[in-house]
Amino acid sequence: MRRWVLPALLIAGLIGVWQLAASTGAIAEVLNLDPILIPSPAEIATALWDNRALVAENAWVTMKEILFGFLIGLALGLGLGFLLRPFEALRLTVYPLIVASQAIPIIVFAPILVVWFGYGIGPKLAVVALVCFFPIAVATADGLRAVDLQAVKMMRTLDASRRQLLWRLEMPTALPFTFSGAKIGVTFAPIAAVFGEWVGSDSGLGHLILQDNAQLNTARVFAAALVLSAIAIGLYGLVALAERRIVTWR
Amino acid sequence: MPAKAKEFAAESALPASGDAPGVAVSIRGLRHSYGDLPTIQRLNLDVPAHGVLGLVGPSGCGKSTLLELIAGLQEPTAGEVALGEGLDPAARLARCAFMPQHDLLLPWLSAIDNAALALRNRGVRRGAARREAGQLFERFGLAGFERSSPAELSGGMRQRVAFLRTLVAGKPVLALDEPFASLDAITRAEMQQWLAAALDADPRTVVLVTHDVEEALYLCDRVAVLSARPARIVEEMSAPAPRSVDRDEAVTDPGFVAVRERALHTLREGTK
Repeated sequence: MRRWVLPALLIAGLIGVWQLAASTGAIAEVLNLDPILIPSPAEIATALWDNRALVAENAWVTMKEILFGFLIGLALGLGLGFLLRPFEALRLTVYPLIVASQAIPIIVFAPILVVWFGYGIGPKLAVVALVCFFPIAVATADGLRAVDLQAVKMMRTLDASRRQLLWRLEMPTALPFTFSGAKIGVTFAPIAAVFGEWVGSDSGLGHLILQDNAQLNTARVFAAALVLSAIAIGLYGLVALAERRIVTWR
Repeated sequence: MPAKAKEFAAESALPASGDAPGVAVSIRGLRHSYGDLPTIQRLNLDVPAHGVLGLVGPSGCGKSTLLELIAGLQEPTAGEVALGEGLDPAARLARCAFMPQHDLLLPWLSAIDNAALALRNRGVRRGAARREAGQLFERFGLAGFERSSPAELSGGMRQRVAFLRTLVAGKPVLALDEPFASLDAITRAEMQQWLAAALDADPRTVVLVTHDVEEALYLCDRVAVLSARPARIVEEMSAPAPRSVDRDEAVTDPGFVAVRERALHTLREGTK
C-alpha cells in the first residue's frame, strides 16, 4: 500500500500546480497564448464528463483496434519467434528483414496501408500489429535460444521427443522473455492505433483528437488523451497480471 | 525394501533394454576429439552390471565428454561404447539416464513433476506418473515435499530430486556428472551416504564422474584415475572396502586413507 502513497501525492501535487497555473493564466502568459488554449485540469474533467458518451464511443473503437491489433501482433510475433528458432539459416535470412520492417517509419507505411485496406479497422490493425510483433518476435526468439544445453541433454536421456522438448523445456524458458516483449508491444500499441487513425478514419480517440485540435477544443483533446493513457495503462496491467499468473516461478 | 526396489525396476524398465536385470558398460579403443582437439585417447573400460565405476581426473580432462559418450549424447571419433547390446547412440540413450552437474530442476514444475519427467515423456498420465514417483519420495526421505517448487528446496534436497528423476527414468545405466559438486561439505557427506543407500535399495550400473577422490573411493567399486587432456587411464584401483552405509566409519578406516593417498598421488603424477 505504502508504495502508492508517494506517487499519488506527486501526481496530485502536479495537477494542483497545473490547475493553479492554468486558471490564473500564468502558463498562457509565459507562452504568449490565448488562455482558452490552456485548459486547466478542472476544465479537462468537465469536458470529459460533458462529452462522456462521445469519448466512450470513440474510446471503444480505439480499444478494439489496440486489442485486436495487439493480439494479431502477438500471434505473428510468437509464430515468427518459434519459426526462427529451429532453423538457424532461416533466422539469419529473415532477421534483417524483420529489423528492416521496424526501420521503415510507420509514417511512410501507414498511408499505403490505407490504400490497401481502406478506411475501416483494417489499416489500424495492421499498424498496431506491425508495431507489436517486433518486440515479441525478437524476445521469443532470444528466449528460445536461452535454453540451457545441459537441460536439453538431460531431457534427451529422459526420452523427450522433439515436441516434448519444445513444450516442457523450451516454451517455459522462453515465456518470461515473450512477456517482456509483449509488455513493450502493448505500450506502443495505443500510439500505433492513434497513428493509424490519423492517416484516415472516421472514428476513434485519434480521430477525435485530430478534429478537436483543428477546432481548438483543447480541453477535449486532453480529455481524449487522458482516456487513451488509461487504456494503455490498463492493457499493460492486464499483460503484467497475466505474466504474474502464468510465470509463477520467477 | 529391496523387494520393492525390484518391483519398481521391473515396472519402469524400458522394453527396449531387453538385457535386464543389469546392463554392463564396455568401452573399447575409444577416441574422441572436438575438431583438431583430442579429448580422449584410446580408452578401454569395463563396468559390470550393477557395478559402480568412479572417474576422477583433473578439471577439463574430458570426464564429462566421456560420460556424454556413454549416455549416447555424443559419438566417438573411433572405437566403440556399448551398453549391454546397445552400440549406437539411440540404443545407448535408451539404456542410460544422465544426471548433469547442476540439478537443473525445471523451476516451472513441482518437485514431484520434475522427478516424474521421464514417465511423462513416455506418455504416462500425470496422475499415474506422480503416484509412481511419489513412492520414491517416501522411500528416499522427501515425503511432504512433493508439491514444493524447486526454489523452496535446500541444495541437498534438490540434488535428491534430481537423482530420483534419473532413477525414475528406469534406465539400467546411470551417468552421474559430479552430482554433489555444488553442495557444502556437510551436505555432500550426507548425500554420499544417501546415494550409497539408494543404490543398495535399487542397484544400477553407475558411472560417476567426480573430482573428489574420497567420494569416488567411498561410493564406487572401482575407480579409474584419468590423466589431463587428452584423457587416458593412469590407474584403475578397487575400492578399499565394499560400500557400507556408514560413511564416516568407512572414510576414516586406515586402509581407506592409504588407498585415498595413493589415488591422490597418482592423480598428481598423472596431471603433470
